[in-house]
Amino acid sequence: MSIIQIKDLVKSYRVYQKKEGLAASLKGLVKREYKEVHAVAGIDLEVEQGEFVAFLGPNGAGKTTTLKLLSGVIHPTSGTAEVMGYTPWKRDNRYRRRFALVMGQKNQLWWDLPAQESFRLHQQIYRIPPQQFDATLAEISDLLDITRLLKQPVRELSLGERMKMELTAALLHSPDVLFLDEPTIGLDVVAQHNIQQFLKFYQERRKITILLTSHYMKDVAALCKRVVIIAQGQLQYDGSLEGIVDQTTSHKLVSLLLDESEIRTEEFSKYGVVESIELPRVVLRVAREDVAKTLNAILDNHTIHDVTVEDPPLEEVIAEMFSQVDPSIRRATDEDIAASAGHARTESDA
Amino acid sequence: MTAHVVKWWTILRISLEERFVYRGDFALGTLMRFLPIITQIFLWTAVFAAVEQASSPAGSQASSQATEMAAEQAAAGGATTVAGYSLSAMIAYYLLTMMSRAFSSMPGLASGIALQVRNGEIKKFLIQPVDMIGFLLLTRMAHKLAYYTIAILPFAFVFYLCRGYFELGWPDMQRMVVYLCSLLLAFVLGFFLEASIGLISFWFLEVSSLLFVYNLLTFFLSGHMFPLDLLPDFAQQVVTYLPLHYLAYYPAAVFLEKIPANEMWIGLGVQAAWVLAFIGVSRVMLNRGLHRYSGFGG
Repeated sequence: MSIIQIKDLVKSYRVYQKKEGLAASLKGLVKREYKEVHAVAGIDLEVEQGEFVAFLGPNGAGKTTTLKLLSGVIHPTSGTAEVMGYTPWKRDNRYRRRFALVMGQKNQLWWDLPAQESFRLHQQIYRIPPQQFDATLAEISDLLDITRLLKQPVRELSLGERMKMELTAALLHSPDVLFLDEPTIGLDVVAQHNIQQFLKFYQERRKITILLTSHYMKDVAALCKRVVIIAQGQLQYDGSLEGIVDQTTSHKLVSLLLDESEIRTEEFSKYGVVESIELPRVVLRVAREDVAKTLNAILDNHTIHDVTVEDPPLEEVIAEMFSQVDPSIRRATDEDIAASAGHARTESDA
Repeated sequence: MTAHVVKWWTILRISLEERFVYRGDFALGTLMRFLPIITQIFLWTAVFAAVEQASSPAGSQASSQATEMAAEQAAAGGATTVAGYSLSAMIAYYLLTMMSRAFSSMPGLASGIALQVRNGEIKKFLIQPVDMIGFLLLTRMAHKLAYYTIAILPFAFVFYLCRGYFELGWPDMQRMVVYLCSLLLAFVLGFFLEASIGLISFWFLEVSSLLFVYNLLTFFLSGHMFPLDLLPDFAQQVVTYLPLHYLAYYPAAVFLEKIPANEMWIGLGVQAAWVLAFIGVSRVMLNRGLHRYSGFGG
């Protein structure tokens, strides 16, 4: 049986529609207009024990709402969900001892005290046996390289160090299910990488089930075999990361390292859309099915030192995907930017 | 059971540590607490002087408005009293209410709850297996303990300086027990009263104006500002039916023997009943509030 089962989950909010201006504000004191917002509009999902699943989607797509529903912070409007056989929003203490939620923008440690003290508190709240507590803390703080920081007040730690402490706090009671909401938000590349490495290692070792939302494709590519895309409160895609690339983009990027004799770079535009020319390198966008044919033609007519064929960058693919599923998100294309720049120029001329 | 004890003890210990982090704030806060005593002594000395002058035979009868404040000339001693309080008793009363408020005032409790509701920190009590009110009560106990284990020194010093105002001396054993019990109950009552007000934020988000009104009412109706015996009979009747006077007036009145020995246990019982009532109120509010909160999201 799946460890997480979600059936037709719906969460709608009533949002007060405040209009602009003082008169409207005064009117709002008496009569308020509300708008129904469907944060989650019917999601079905099953997750097996030991899976590491990424939730992707534009801002406001319903990812965080789904995690909140699964951790029992909010009640759904309709539908059911079971995690390890518990209904999350019943908030059974037995359930609460077996999962953890980490939110990248929320702090659960005591600000003025060393993290060690907050951990002690967790030990008591979650009733972790002393030996297990000591062993887990030693293991995790060693992996995250924070042992020397345990005795420092949390307020003196950097953002990255604090995030590591948050993660430690969440894992002390060895949860079977972990929900991570943007765990690497605002962190530098090194800290992001550290946390990725840690999560990967920890998840493989303990075989726990993790649901992650993130805007960093590197997180997702490094960690999750399975990707779920949510937009407008609905499931738009469920499968592998490579699958998104196959499904979404119809082209590949062909990068050519030219010989010095090749100076007529404008000729390359007949093989495909020229993405960039930085001699001696030229990058072309070529339709997927034409790649082999195009390469043959190029190699016949030009002197080429090196060729690489790649999928477009993941960020681009995902942005493409988002704009496909949600027409309100239109990708800013190069033409748009050029057009607006040109517009600005004419204005300054005038 | 022992697991629970250890859990709550840990919460208490960690909050204690947190309190000792800010030493400067602590010292200044303690100092500022004692400044009003001086103004109170000046104020009541001036009031009594005016009353005495107005009611003395040499004084003009025309200025007898002041005597309407229920000033009486004690038949035998000749010492001026206001509503049964001599100047010394008045200042002793003030010192004792300061003591009561040291137990029953809960700075930042309601506004802290409101803040947690607004910024979503309250979520942690939905996710972790820990009871919010119990947690807050323990951290509050820790705050008080931390503060007064140190502040007991300046408190003792001030009371020692002002010992002359306590004309009746120490009350007898039984009265002392009732006094101490009512102080402890004042702490619990103050906590659950203000926690209930803080929990209103589940419905209104912003409770600062409500809290302002509550603090104002408490200042008057708890007897912190002046002894409730100064109020007209009717108002006194009403006030004794309210829970607020247990926060300051009642313990002080017990100590100063304003409450007859046979009535003071009853008063203590009523105070305990109020505590139970507000424990119930806050419990219901928390359950409803969390349900509402989780229904809306946040």
